[in-house]
Amino acid sequence: MTIEEVQNEIIDEFSMFEDWEERYQYMIDLGKDLPLIDEKYKTNDNIIKGCQSKVWVHADLDEDKINFTADSDAIITKGIIAILIRVFSNQHPKDILEANTDFIDAIGLKEHLSPTRANGLVSMIKQLKLYAIAYQTQLK
Amino acid sequence: MLDVQKIRKDFPILNRTVNGKPLIYFDNAATSQTPQQVIDVIVDYYSNYNANIHRGVHSLSQEATDAYEQARLKIQKHFNAKHAHEIIYTAGTTHSINLVANGFSSLLKKGDEIIVSALEHHSNIVPWQMLCERTGAVLKVIPMNEDGELVMSAYDALLNENTKLVFVNHISNALGTINPIEYIIEKAHAVGAAVLVDGAQSCPHLKPDVQALDVDFYVCSAHKICGPTGVGMLYGKEAWLNKLPPYQGGGEMIAEVTFEKTTYADLPHKFEAGTPNIAGGIAFGAALDYMNGIGFENIATYENELLAYGTEQLLKIEGLKIYGTAKEKTSVISFNVANIHPYDIGTILDKMGIAVRTGHHCAQPIMDFYKIPGTIRASFMFYNTKEEIDAFIIALKKAIMMLS
Repeated sequence: MTIEEVQNEIIDEFSMFEDWEERYQYMIDLGKDLPLIDEKYKTNDNIIKGCQSKVWVHADLDEDKINFTADSDAIITKGIIAILIRVFSNQHPKDILEANTDFIDAIGLKEHLSPTRANGLVSMIKQLKLYAIAYQTQLK
Repeated sequence: MLDVQKIRKDFPILNRTVNGKPLIYFDNAATSQTPQQVIDVIVDYYSNYNANIHRGVHSLSQEATDAYEQARLKIQKHFNAKHAHEIIYTAGTTHSINLVANGFSSLLKKGDEIIVSALEHHSNIVPWQMLCERTGAVLKVIPMNEDGELVMSAYDALLNENTKLVFVNHISNALGTINPIEYIIEKAHAVGAAVLVDGAQSCPHLKPDVQALDVDFYVCSAHKICGPTGVGMLYGKEAWLNKLPPYQGGGEMIAEVTFEKTTYADLPHKFEAGTPNIAGGIAFGAALDYMNGIGFENIATYENELLAYGTEQLLKIEGLKIYGTAKEKTSVISFNVANIHPYDIGTILDKMGIAVRTGHHCAQPIMDFYKIPGTIRASFMFYNTKEEIDAFIIALKKAIMMLS
């Protein structure tokens, strides 16, 4: 699936929720379920300090696609990471660089990607894009 | 007694909803809300007599100057300073602290010592670290105990003839501990050191008497005491303020200027370069009038009730731990729930219209002491109610249920 297709799929899923409680419960469950990163990558080098919650990100190149893994010590942040990874992982660097995160607005989670939120997510997206630039250069 | 329902009518913001729920504002230690009486003063200033002060011969300028200086007298009276010129208007607590720290750069030499406390806000640590880097002075720290109280025997041991300045907050922003500043001041003076007390967290809850305390410098911000942001004050004993060099150069702070030499204005103008926050200063005075109208004894009695009630209700929740259990504390409750990140709880509470602070409260050394990433902090003001605490407890239980 393309990034846009995955984003539309997520928007469809979220449209089934009636209120904030269902949306947040879903994210919390996502945060609880997924083993998002190998423990050995939860190092200081991979940490993004978000002031309030910590975020770890790791990237691997699988042929010409990037796989991301990440984690957070706060569960709601982790739930959003799960959604972001579903969107950006297993994609070509070029597509990752061209993609935006406007879909977050459509699923009612805009405030979590606000630059002033201090949860590390904005920096995490920046980091995903930096990995994409690095691997794109490597692929050339 | 304090009539909270009547008081709440003074605060228009308390009528609004957040995420569809009535606002419950428990982030008062970060900033307090503003009563209509203070808002009206700001509107009146800009509507009727906005002008630059201290220099115009025209009527508007005179009116603005009078109101601004009148407010300084209110501040002087409130803190019981000996002279009005011992009250310096600043942009707030942080600005006041930097002003003093900067002034001390010319008074300190290598080997001198500055003492700060382990309970400090970042803005109270960094200016002194910078001062030490500039002067070669050494920074010493009064440690805290598990209850979040400063250890006075350790303080006694730190004091010596090299101690030049002691800096401590009156009340800790992260834990609400009321520090024994009377003792701290007396002991510092015994070795000839000056004392600067940060009153940012104390001024909303009590009325400090700077002469009775014999404190050398006392600082606070208007926005924590029902006033506007961007204005605060530095109280300094006249002799100390005369000793410190000016902080910033500009208009207002000079007496005569030639290219060869400038002579500085007298106190307080020496430290008030440029056009100040005139409306802010006037509103600062109005905020003190408002608080004094309610009465600080009434405020303290009522807030202590809220603190006791909130603490009791919170402790009924399984797995909840309160940080900062000092015998003397103000209406601030910092806590965590076992295995749940404070950020997650704060996020869910916000969805239910409840404003609390989460994180390290700009006091990382305290969080490091307890080995936690942060806390949830609920801080009450005299316009909060037990009913709001009840609603907060229900919301908190729901958040815990969702997150467990």
